[in-house]
Amino acid sequence: MSHDEFQVHRAKILTPSFWVLLTLTLIGFALIAVRFIWGIGAVSNMNDGYPWGIWITYDVATGTAIACGGYAVAILVYIRNKMHYHPLIRSAVLTSLFGYGLAGLSVMVDVGRPWNAYNFFIPSQWQINSAMFEVALCVMAYTTVLAIEFLPAVLSRLQQTNWNSARTFLDRHHGRFGLDTEIILAKLEKLRQWALWVQPKLDKVLIFIIVLGITLPTMHQSSLGSLMLIASTKLHPLWHTGFLPLLFLINCLFIGYSIAILESIISSYAFKRPFESEQLTGLASITPYLTTIWLSVMVGDLIWRGQLGNALSLDFYSGFFLLEFGLVASGSIILLFRRNRQSMRWLFVTAVLIVLGGALYRFNVYLIGFNPGQGWRYFPSLAELMITVGIVAFEILAYKVLVKLFPVLPRLHGHEEPASVKA
Amino acid sequence: MGGKSRRDFLKLAGLAGAGLVAAPALAVAGSSTSGPNDEELGMLYDATKCVGCKACMAACKRVNGDYNALAYEQAQFDPDMLWDAPKDLTGSTRTIIKLFKESPKEWSYVKYSCMHCQKPSCVSVCPVAAMVKDKITGIVDYKKNACIGCRYCQVACAYNIPKFQWDKALPQIVKCDLCKNTFLKSNGTSACADACPTNAIMFGKRKNLLAEAKKRLTEHPRQYVNHIYGEYELGGTNHLYLSALPIKKLGLPELQKDAPAEFSEKIQHTIYKGFIAPVALYGTLCFIAVRNMKKQESDHQSKGDQPHEP
Repeated sequence: MSHDEFQVHRAKILTPSFWVLLTLTLIGFALIAVRFIWGIGAVSNMNDGYPWGIWITYDVATGTAIACGGYAVAILVYIRNKMHYHPLIRSAVLTSLFGYGLAGLSVMVDVGRPWNAYNFFIPSQWQINSAMFEVALCVMAYTTVLAIEFLPAVLSRLQQTNWNSARTFLDRHHGRFGLDTEIILAKLEKLRQWALWVQPKLDKVLIFIIVLGITLPTMHQSSLGSLMLIASTKLHPLWHTGFLPLLFLINCLFIGYSIAILESIISSYAFKRPFESEQLTGLASITPYLTTIWLSVMVGDLIWRGQLGNALSLDFYSGFFLLEFGLVASGSIILLFRRNRQSMRWLFVTAVLIVLGGALYRFNVYLIGFNPGQGWRYFPSLAELMITVGIVAFEILAYKVLVKLFPVLPRLHGHEEPASVKA
Repeated sequence: MGGKSRRDFLKLAGLAGAGLVAAPALAVAGSSTSGPNDEELGMLYDATKCVGCKACMAACKRVNGDYNALAYEQAQFDPDMLWDAPKDLTGSTRTIIKLFKESPKEWSYVKYSCMHCQKPSCVSVCPVAAMVKDKITGIVDYKKNACIGCRYCQVACAYNIPKFQWDKALPQIVKCDLCKNTFLKSNGTSACADACPTNAIMFGKRKNLLAEAKKRLTEHPRQYVNHIYGEYELGGTNHLYLSALPIKKLGLPELQKDAPAEFSEKIQHTIYKGFIAPVALYGTLCFIAVRNMKKQESDHQSKGDQPHEP
């Protein structure tokens, strides 16, 4: 089987932006160390009224939606059978893998007693009434699935390598660190053989893993909405509704497609590659359908619950609601015009609007619309923010490095292959 | 596409499904939805009898001090740590007396501690069953060794009762357990009720507490607001309140009769009933994806092309 659709991006790894991102990452991880030594209160403004702060709201609830590019593109390619989007999938899967993996890391920073997390694997401790239980298991399973989905890129790279850089490195340091060049090269060769052996086996079952990778986000993205169903007395009525699971599911889909557009435009720009214009125009024609359904469900629900007046009252909560609504609606309206869908500039602008609006919705549900009463207040502290920044920086850093090591980005001119074009 | 691997996968999915089918059945059997169980244990706090001496707070800390990590909380004017002066329920304080002053003539003390709900949100949301409600006594207890510290119980609790130890590297949740693990075993009552010099705190079965509260309301109608707080709030609580001021003025939330956990569990159970929907979704998607892939392969072969890898 060929992997000709994807290629390694040949460029320098240690660029100036690499060092900036590395610095931010190190600051973030140093603060994480502080949190584990002196407690969560030492770095965070979270309190007993606002027990979930920016880490859960951004890194988990919003970050995983932003990481839904892989999910959204996979639906398009494997379920709706639009194979000409296939070149986009690997970079989407890679960013999803980072989004979810690092959401998992954030959770381990956020929870107070992470050493007890093994209880998720002990059936007698399972509490299936809890939406959190469902989210936790699904997110762990999905992260594993994403890693397996990314494996073909690693395997094909292993098969093609002849360990030149390893050889040079070992020759240069010959005799130091007690390294024996020949033994290590023999082991590396064994690894290459294993990659050749495992690849066809993986290819056979991969489709079932991929479909699992579509099922799991459907489950846990809706459950991320279900998480806040319980907070009926604390979450503002503009957002507290039985439709939370449905709204979160549709929300992650349109964020997913918009993020796939953004990723493609940004990496084309940053890596100085031509734009994947044909695929992006196609993706952009899907989002308005999803946002229309989403906005209709939202408005219909507000009318049904008699909250429309509240939504238009222009107070604090109404302001954030209208902002979220306006961002998504304006992005979608611009995309209704074919001419705009063919312009890279408008594709970029609308994707940004829709992602911001969709993300703000999640912030509204988890933080802004949440009021525990009794005068509790919360605004994230600098250290708390820097941990989130550090984790995001690490995500971008690792993406930039990995696309230069493994065949992730679409092969240039690959989409001109007649075989992969399907109307 | 190897038929064997596909069969294995479906088997695996079926197995995973079966395991999760059994679990909901058990859980549903455990949670009754047929109104309050008045045989459960609780407390009646009568704010009109409370003199604000805080003996209950001291007793609570004394009894729980050796049980686990409760500390004394320092006031700014007391650098010598002579006096425990918590400002609110915290990771070191399970119960607290507060004063609410409306005017020089209109004021009331109020005692906060766990309400021991009939249908507790914290128990419903805890992913690892670290919050549990005793089937007989109805006491809502916290299991430190199961807790992962996710604080979902804090988000869920409408009364803001569970508290987290923000300043500790190895923190835990702290909340009243009605002395289940301490005083109750040897004394048959809670430490705060035992310590109260004015009988403002009455310990007992919910039915007795309700009867007593109703008796006081009929005997002294002018002394109280005609409302037993906790009788119906969020499906009923085992900790009940009587007071002279409207309950909102005592910092307690005005709440609806339905338990939020009934609402959220209904939705979650509808989606995941018997795990049928997820398995059906996976099966359907597999069918579509495999069919698409086969079509793709045959298209390619007819063109004499290399097939796409998935």
